[in-house]
Amino acid sequence: MMFTGENLVQSVAKLLHQGLGMVGLSGFIFIVDPIVCAVVMFGFISVFVMFLVWMERKVSAHMQSRIGPNRVGPFGLLQTVADAIKLTIKEDVKPVHRDKIPYYIAPIIAFVATFAGMVVIPFDKGMVVQNLNIGMLYVIAITSFTVIAILSAGWSSNNKFALLGGFRSAAQIVSYEVPLVMSLVPIIMTTGTLSFTGVVEYQQQAGYWFVVPQFLAFLIFITSATAEANRAPFDIPEAESELIGGFHTEYSGVKFAMFFLGEYIAIIVSSAVAVTVFLGGWLPLPFLHFLHVPGFIWFMAKLLLVIYLIMAFRWTFPRLRVDQLMDFGWKVLIPISILNILITGFVILL
Amino acid sequence: MTDLLLSQIKVGGESQFGTDEYVVNLGPQHPATHGVLRLIVKLDGETVKETTPVLGYLHRSIEKISENRTYPQCITYTDRVDYVSAMSVNLAFALATERLMGLEVPSRAQWLRMIFVELQRLASHLLWMGAFAGDIGALTPFLYGLRERERILDLFEMTCGQRLTYNYIRIGGVMIDILPEFTPKCRAFLDYFEPKIDEYEGLLTYNPIFLERTKGVGVITPEMGINNGVCGPSLRGSGVSCDVRKQQPYLFYDQVKFTECLETGGDCWSRYMCRMRELRESVSLIRQCLDRLEPGPVETKLPPVLKAPPASEIYSRIESSRGEMGIYLVGDGTAKPYKAKYRCASFSNTYVLDQLTRGWKVADIMAVLGSLDMIVPEVDR
Repeated sequence: MMFTGENLVQSVAKLLHQGLGMVGLSGFIFIVDPIVCAVVMFGFISVFVMFLVWMERKVSAHMQSRIGPNRVGPFGLLQTVADAIKLTIKEDVKPVHRDKIPYYIAPIIAFVATFAGMVVIPFDKGMVVQNLNIGMLYVIAITSFTVIAILSAGWSSNNKFALLGGFRSAAQIVSYEVPLVMSLVPIIMTTGTLSFTGVVEYQQQAGYWFVVPQFLAFLIFITSATAEANRAPFDIPEAESELIGGFHTEYSGVKFAMFFLGEYIAIIVSSAVAVTVFLGGWLPLPFLHFLHVPGFIWFMAKLLLVIYLIMAFRWTFPRLRVDQLMDFGWKVLIPISILNILITGFVILL
Repeated sequence: MTDLLLSQIKVGGESQFGTDEYVVNLGPQHPATHGVLRLIVKLDGETVKETTPVLGYLHRSIEKISENRTYPQCITYTDRVDYVSAMSVNLAFALATERLMGLEVPSRAQWLRMIFVELQRLASHLLWMGAFAGDIGALTPFLYGLRERERILDLFEMTCGQRLTYNYIRIGGVMIDILPEFTPKCRAFLDYFEPKIDEYEGLLTYNPIFLERTKGVGVITPEMGINNGVCGPSLRGSGVSCDVRKQQPYLFYDQVKFTECLETGGDCWSRYMCRMRELRESVSLIRQCLDRLEPGPVETKLPPVLKAPPASEIYSRIESSRGEMGIYLVGDGTAKPYKAKYRCASFSNTYVLDQLTRGWKVADIMAVLGSLDMIVPEVDR
């Protein structure tokens, strides 16, 4: 089956529309679309995160000349499922002197804030939950909610290491938000749109991907996105050699799983943004036009490539110190991105 | 918590919040402190104001036990003093006893001792490199280091049957001769290992983040090092020549060619570099020893009961993987040492920790601690 005309999600929704119509409940049709979207996205993201965890373990195993998970299921693919089950059924250890409300809300925010970012990512032409005209702004705004989660987790756990981790994280995410946004500004200047679909369509018409003219912006974006997702070499909020688990030291069981899920979704979202903005989204490679591979497959292939890159960082680089991290953000990335904006402006003017 | 803060606000007049030091316990159970070292760290934000190491969580009273064991029995305990470099401690104690009693050791045994101690140095430095990189946040070098260490342990296992606590170097020689296939296997390992050092260096040495984290961090000046009794590669990183193998050659170290690795920076990076260069030196040392190995006995005939001369004492030192390993023995004419004192490099190297970390960030404690290469069982004994 090819994804021609309408995509799979649309056909499922259409089928449900017709079904509801047939049993005489056409009045409820308006709730079908959001529910289908939510279920599909949630299912897709959960499975994808499980795959990514497995992939990360395999990638790290490959880089460290180990075998990696290979016991549960073929190639250990079900290892993550087993881990997830273990996390859900294990005892929920809670610190006694926790600050209850923020302690319970933090993992939810961490998960929801990043997950909500997926709403505006176009996986294929028209395959997007909500094609917001301010998509980029929305993603940047909603994903920075994680800092609230991390701060409240760090504060409410009543643990010194968690608090240090929370403070570090707040400083880090706030500093790296700036270059992250600034690396997207040249793209917005060129395309004149904030919508992800619009950016991809611009790349289709222009015949090039933004990674070529805006390579510097791409590098800045990947770097800041790694920092935003608290990934090594910028994983100081949870630097295990100093802070044990950082902000999630006191979390276990499902709550820990939600932080974990949130971290991986953050990687997916930032990689998806990178793919859409810089790597042409669902567009095929120019010289492979004739293959008629569905755009979704192209998107996923590019996404996995970027995620692999971010994973490879983690297993190759040491960790920066907190002040060096700040220096790098404010003294290197931001000046470079301002310069990049200036140059882009000049080019557009000419 | 809230009450506490409120009580510190003066009502009326100049109201101000009281500030307090943020005291954090790193250890005794903490992923970064190797083993059960406990550090009480006073913090001002992220900046370290004071680091106090608390020792003794792994104290097994080996020195006291040694007073109640005969000399050959003590060797078994020396394995546990520094389990990452057990051969060196074996050798230190065996040498001290032989010097105390004036025993002669056959030359093949001496060469074998050198081979095994240098192999042990490789294994120890590899583990150190992995742990140090792990402290800084790079997790991969640890696995790389262990991969090669595994082959060294295989060589040990082939010879003495043990992989961690060998009890191989005995008073008067070594436990048993090597197998005929040891020499080719050892050579094959060395050929395999030498290019691997470049691999580690490629991962770390000039990595910009690694340089950021280690260059200029935790500088031991030569005076500070000497005053605090820092020894081994940690002091050689400051450019002070202190290699016992050169200064007071034992075994046949005066008959082989090797250079003492000196770096001038005194920072974490120099200590790292110093150890990486020692890896290469040790490889060449083992090659030379293998070339010089000639058939012969590996043990002297010892009397049934080894007795030290009455009122005798000896301080004998060797260069272990971590630095100067000294054994002070007092004999009283019986089969047991009257007093045995182990002078361990890790213990004296821990002295400088506080001075090195003051004013630096929390993350630097880990870098400095890692670069000093301390092994907690050796500190506590």
